[in-house]
Amino acid sequence: MTVPDAVVATPRVRGRSAGGGFGRYLLVRFLLIFPTVFILVTLVFVLMRSTGDPITAAVGGRLPPDELAARIHEAGYDRPILVQYFEYLGQILRGDFGTTISDNRPITEVIVTFGAATLELTFYALIVAFIVGIPLGMLAAYIRDRWGDAVLRVFAILCYATPVFFAGLLLKLVFAVQLDLLPAFGRASVSSELEMKLLPSPTGIFLIDAFQTGNSEVIADVLQHAVLPAVALGLLTGGIFLRLVRTNVIGTLGTEYVDAARSRGVRELRLVGRHAYKPALIPIITVIGLQIAVLLGGAVLTETTFEWKGLGFQLAQYLQARDFVAVQGIVALLAVIVAVTNFIVDVIAAFIDPRVRY
Amino acid sequence: MTTTPAPAPTTAPTTVSRRRLIDRIPVVHQVRQSYGVQRFMLVTGLILTLVFVILAIFAPLIAPYGYAQLRDDSGAFGAQEEPSAQHLWGTTVGGYDVLSRVIWGAQTGLFVIVVAVVLSIFLGVLLGLISGYLGGWLDRVLVVIADAIYAFPSLLLAIVMAIVLSGGQSGLVPGVFAAAISLTVVYIPQYFRVIRAETTRIKNEAFVESARVIGASTPRIMFKHVLRNATRTLPLIFTLNSSEAILTLAGLGFLGFGIEPSSAAEWGYDLNKAISDVTSGIWWTALFPGLAIVFVVLGITLVGESLNDLADPRLRGRRSVAASAGLTAQTSVTAGGVIDPPGGLTGLEEPER
Repeated sequence: MTVPDAVVATPRVRGRSAGGGFGRYLLVRFLLIFPTVFILVTLVFVLMRSTGDPITAAVGGRLPPDELAARIHEAGYDRPILVQYFEYLGQILRGDFGTTISDNRPITEVIVTFGAATLELTFYALIVAFIVGIPLGMLAAYIRDRWGDAVLRVFAILCYATPVFFAGLLLKLVFAVQLDLLPAFGRASVSSELEMKLLPSPTGIFLIDAFQTGNSEVIADVLQHAVLPAVALGLLTGGIFLRLVRTNVIGTLGTEYVDAARSRGVRELRLVGRHAYKPALIPIITVIGLQIAVLLGGAVLTETTFEWKGLGFQLAQYLQARDFVAVQGIVALLAVIVAVTNFIVDVIAAFIDPRVRY
Repeated sequence: MTTTPAPAPTTAPTTVSRRRLIDRIPVVHQVRQSYGVQRFMLVTGLILTLVFVILAIFAPLIAPYGYAQLRDDSGAFGAQEEPSAQHLWGTTVGGYDVLSRVIWGAQTGLFVIVVAVVLSIFLGVLLGLISGYLGGWLDRVLVVIADAIYAFPSLLLAIVMAIVLSGGQSGLVPGVFAAAISLTVVYIPQYFRVIRAETTRIKNEAFVESARVIGASTPRIMFKHVLRNATRTLPLIFTLNSSEAILTLAGLGFLGFGIEPSSAAEWGYDLNKAISDVTSGIWWTALFPGLAIVFVVLGITLVGESLNDLADPRLRGRRSVAASAGLTAQTSVTAGGVIDPPGGLTGLEEPER
């Protein structure tokens, strides 16, 4: 059996530099962000450009050919593709993701304006996911293979078998239209939005802004608007958490230290909630990283369903307008966000569990 | 372990061989292996999946109207008609029959699943095998690319691919194929990762080394010895991907990248058109296509999860721990060929209660 020398040698070196393991892991993992972002940006660029130039896509057919050619020339889309590619990379390095065609705004400005709404929605959804997924997952693990467990598992599967937009439509139908309890769309009612706009330093995150106004009606209004979108999106991830917690707690419940604790007379509740639960958390942290991608994808759909004016809603608008520069810019920036989030999650996981960084 | 001439089993040989044949059919084997709640979930999933496949294949016979039919002999259907005897699930805002479009939508869904999953299994397995077995710089590059794609929101990637492939057009064939190929790009990394991980593990096993010693060529080792042992987890990803394919297809349709109603029925598109209906209290246009998605994904996922649990001894009921021995033995190639104990594997797989 041939094992390359390098593979054997590396851990030995790491082992010798005592304490350097974590720093080294941090550095390697950090450097890995760059190829990831580079690959995604390149992929998106190549794919988007293989359809032709964005100007033809956006206004083709509506302008006479010579005028169209003039606009393409003006924007530089008639130059060799490699030149455009390197120019694009240079732009991104400077933090410039381009300017939208349809409303002529810098992508970074679009992201700043609408990103806060998406961030807020994702945050709410994560809270819902935790509230639903973790306790129910522990319960399902504890009563495994009984009918209660089956019901919980089917519930979990239903959570991620239901497309977020269908869940959203159903919630809207029941709670907004039939029962008339909660607002059907938007992030806040017009009057509260106005009040928040008048703040000296609005953050764009409505919950913070609402607290800044100090008006309890505004706070209640913002929270009411958030309930349905947060539940629609949060259940999706909640189902995945439930399943994951169940599997992992079953794994740890079978270990000897849990048996040992039980024989010492530790109460069952504490056994599941403390002893078995903590080591089961580590895989969940890793999965949260991947869930960020799912949540962002889901946010696009949820925002469209609820007219939640965030990045996803905006992306859908640009898609409708066939503004592919905007699409490319938003997707590229999301790639950066996903890569950075995954880095942070991996670092947290490595911090908690030394085995990850070996 | 080598096969020794077996002494005749105590039970009648005919029954033994019949049971073994049943047990060797993939899904039937798992149904027999499962019990209680697990069996209920697996069977429910199988039934839902079967209904979906039947609806998809026989859509032209089952659906009362065509997917793009707006009128019949008695005149136009009318838009947003409530469910009635003529239109059991009502009509959409565009004047289509909801029931018919839900049934035809199964066909689109099945087609996209088949194309997307077959393509991505083929490419993903090939790349994973090459990357894992040969290693080197190609391996490293492929891993970084696969990880980058894997981490990215699949829906966004599918959107980008859909723009590219359809060029904004959406006929039946370009639309459906664009959706399928968009999903392929998203799923290749998943198969790649699994097969690559298995391959790197297997290539250090003794039997691969023996094959090399005998002088087997690299392609022969890769496709004959390694591939056969690396594909055990594929059915699980297959089911999980199929359900995800349905969801992503619906997501694409919901954002307006699906298929025009005149060229095929697509559930996501119908749901998008139902957004405004919901606000005015019209429930039938949203409920039925949505439920169709939920049931199909539920069915396929139940099958996938059950198979997963049955393959993982940690998650299986205590009763059938011995069965895992049978499962592994059956799939792993040993020096004397597949393990074939006297009387078949039935003895191993059905421990006493």
